Amino acid sequence: MAGTAVTPTRMVLNHLKGRLKTARRGHKLLKDKRDELMRQFLDVVKENKVLRERVEDGLTAAFSSLQVASSIMSPEMLEQALLYPRQSVELDMKVKNVMSVKVPQYSFQTKNNDPSEIYPYGFAQTSGELDDALDRMAKVFEDMLKLAEVEKSMQLMAQEIEKTRRRVNALEYVMIPELSENIKYITMKLAENENSTKVRLMKVKEMVLQDAHNYK
Amino acid sequence: MPGYPGMSYGKGCVICMLKIAVIGGKDTVIGFKAVGLEACPASSVAEARQVLHELTREGSEYAIIYIEEKLAKDLQPEIDRFKDSPSPAIIMIPGRNGSLGLGLNALKSAVERAVGTNILGD
Repeated sequence: MAGTAVTPTRMVLNHLKGRLKTARRGHKLLKDKRDELMRQFLDVVKENKVLRERVEDGLTAAFSSLQVASSIMSPEMLEQALLYPRQSVELDMKVKNVMSVKVPQYSFQTKNNDPSEIYPYGFAQTSGELDDALDRMAKVFEDMLKLAEVEKSMQLMAQEIEKTRRRVNALEYVMIPELSENIKYITMKLAENENSTKVRLMKVKEMVLQDAHNYK
Repeated sequence: MPGYPGMSYGKGCVICMLKIAVIGGKDTVIGFKAVGLEACPASSVAEARQVLHELTREGSEYAIIYIEEKLAKDLQPEIDRFKDSPSPAIIMIPGRNGSLGLGLNALKSAVERAVGTNILGD
């Protein structure tokens, strides 16, 4: 039994009562945190699912164009055409705080803002499918970035939810019952002590009276 | 704030420009190179592992690493190491031969982790 470890004194009782109060309040707060995190997490999951499907479709389309391009052009030509990219992307990361989970937020800047400027080659010696492929790639890129953000947020939030859930459960099923049981044990022990003291006093009084007055 | 590249020193947020890398087969990454991402071709899993280590070492400026599913499926332990750290984000993308469904698996496992059970169905 958990109650045997505590010394049944009033001081410990007061201390335990304080802890129980804190545990109850912490439990309530953590439960609220978990619920809110879960709500936001499910939104993120939904968004992630949509984005992932979109990215996968977009990439598959881009790859198939690239496949066609590479079968029309010789591998050397293809490599040469894409050897030196004209476009470069710089990423900017900010940190957003969602219920104490720090999730990244990306924004990006491209060197060339004109969408027709991304082709790093002359059009004369390359096939049109390559242009298609790059075009699709550039379109799917924005979604890919969003996907990275959402997926990372999802992972971080999942971790936090797991942690919070464990804490809530530990408080609910271990800490709080244990504390209440200890408090009950001490209260009963104190009452018992009080009873035995009372009985002893009554007995003593009886003995004293008998001695003094020969009182029966 | 530890864990975020470029923000580790001084007061406030010193955000430097970060990069995005793509690890995959040679013909997969070539397309990404054209849109301005850093292409890291890797023909085998061992090579991909090497590249991944290189890209994720301390003080690395890569914030997002896209990795082809074909290679990612054998690098799961390495990828899982970064699951709980805020940066870098390692994201699986389908390869040339279509999706293997690993990306959606990652989503399911995150849900399972958070909720304790798969509530998405299927």
